[in-house]
Amino acid sequence: MPTRPRGKAVVTRAPMAPPPSFIWTRRIVLGVLTVFALLPVYVMVSSSLKPLQDVTSTFSWIPAHITVSPYVDMWRTVPLGRYFVNSLIVCTCAALLSVLLATFAAYAVSRYRFRGRRVFTLVVLSTQMFPGILFLLPLFLIFVSIGNATGIALLGSRTGLVITYLTFSLPFSIWLLAGYFDSIPRSLDEAAWVDGCGPLRALFRVVIPAAMPGIITVAIYAFMTAWGEVLFASVMTNDTTRTLAVGLRDYSTQTDVYWNQIMAASIVVSIPVVAGFLLMQRFLVTGLTAGAVK
Amino acid sequence: MLLLPALLFELLVHLVPMVVGVFISFKALTQLYLAQWQHAPWAGLSNYRIVADVNGAIGQALLHSFVVTCAFTALAVGLSWLFGCAAAILAQDKFRGRGVLRAIFLTPYALPVYASVITWAFMFQYNNGLVNHVLHDELGITSRPTFWLLGDNSFVALVTVSVWRNWPFAFLVIMAGLQSIPRELYEAAAIDGAGIWQQIRLVTMPSLRSVNQVLVLVLFLWTFNDFTTPYVLFGNAAPQPADVISVHIYQSSFLTWNFGEGSAMSVLLLLFLLVVSGGYLLLTSRRRDAY
Repeated sequence: MPTRPRGKAVVTRAPMAPPPSFIWTRRIVLGVLTVFALLPVYVMVSSSLKPLQDVTSTFSWIPAHITVSPYVDMWRTVPLGRYFVNSLIVCTCAALLSVLLATFAAYAVSRYRFRGRRVFTLVVLSTQMFPGILFLLPLFLIFVSIGNATGIALLGSRTGLVITYLTFSLPFSIWLLAGYFDSIPRSLDEAAWVDGCGPLRALFRVVIPAAMPGIITVAIYAFMTAWGEVLFASVMTNDTTRTLAVGLRDYSTQTDVYWNQIMAASIVVSIPVVAGFLLMQRFLVTGLTAGAVK
Repeated sequence: MLLLPALLFELLVHLVPMVVGVFISFKALTQLYLAQWQHAPWAGLSNYRIVADVNGAIGQALLHSFVVTCAFTALAVGLSWLFGCAAAILAQDKFRGRGVLRAIFLTPYALPVYASVITWAFMFQYNNGLVNHVLHDELGITSRPTFWLLGDNSFVALVTVSVWRNWPFAFLVIMAGLQSIPRELYEAAAIDGAGIWQQIRLVTMPSLRSVNQVLVLVLFLWTFNDFTTPYVLFGNAAPQPADVISVHIYQSSFLTWNFGEGSAMSVLLLLFLLVVSGGYLLLTSRRRDAY
């Protein structure tokens, strides 16, 4: 039986080259999936550069006339700028708060053995799985009541949306970060304790810097979750606090449907999250593996 | 101590509303009582009786929506898993352009849902959409343009968009799962004379079982509860053949403001999901132990 030469890294899965049948299957399947994945992106980009009469008549693959006016007009057709600012404020606040809370909770889950630790993780994760509609009606009523009792209007305010959104990403964030913290040796914080740090200082001085990739991943994830949420945004915002998720529909409630401007706006609202996602995807795979190993 | 803040917000947004939700499902909570919802009269089980009565109009519509959702979920989850799994396994070995492909495959997942679903809605337009242009004008498969967002075809449109959106997640998770399969397993299989197809069947697929167990459950729950895709695709009025449950409950609650019945529907939905998830985990875990 041949033995593998020592110390030499094996690069491929199989020691032999894959057969042509595999290579052709790979080319065809991956090719078809590439077209499927990119088709809407192409439509988005090409249609955003067409004048209105070209997007209201039969579809054409190559734009006959190229114009950037949809990118200029889209800010005037609907108050897209205001929606953009609203989305930025809500999502940034939700992401920052969610990360802060998740870091504390994940540190506790990872470092302390307490009763109900597994139950806590399980409950936290399972809330992620419940239908949003289940929380919508009661949360709506609770916000009404809080408004009646204290005068703090959560309904139609950005605060209400921030509170709602931060909890959406919290369960997954805690789970992911706990896995990440587990991979950081305990001896690191024990060393900090010996040097006279309390648990909080050990967390901020030692554990958080070591877990920075995980924390950034979680922050981006929280931001993206909030950025794409439609259900709660459609009920809990009013004209002044409307976010992009709902605001984008305004282009099609007019008598004309400005498809070219919708496509242009779709691209512009996608930029922040796509940029974030590209930053995150490297960490996400390692993060998922860290969480799964646990 | 550190857990407290997270716990507090979870309580406020998830657990308390759940309790309140169950509470108001027993109340005759209509528009009249909305501002003073605590004082709405008790209704006992009548909300449940109305929504579960398959002979009444409301119950019948709910049952229809439930069946539609089940069919939609089964199809969409199956296809998403198939695409993601195929892509992850085929792209497991290094080859030129693999990194670029990975980035491309993740774009549907990276775009904000509403932006990409609006684009799909544009592609499915009757007069000026891409899908009819390709199928009717270029390939001549259909004798006349198809209405994709109305009537029976809306179901196809919904499944397509949902698969487009979700398969990258399956791809991502399976890709991560592949990394934890020890190389030695493949080497041993190769030494025993297994070709690449046999390696996939005998090494890769069995090793992915635990990853698949969780992945399919997560995909199931997300697809079943998906609100954004149908809501953005069809607007306020979902066509009958694609009237999935979350949109159905949303519309019947906010159209009539009858939150009592809406909550009763939500509670029934939750019970169903709990039973299915629990049963699934029990069944798959037992089967895993048997091996």
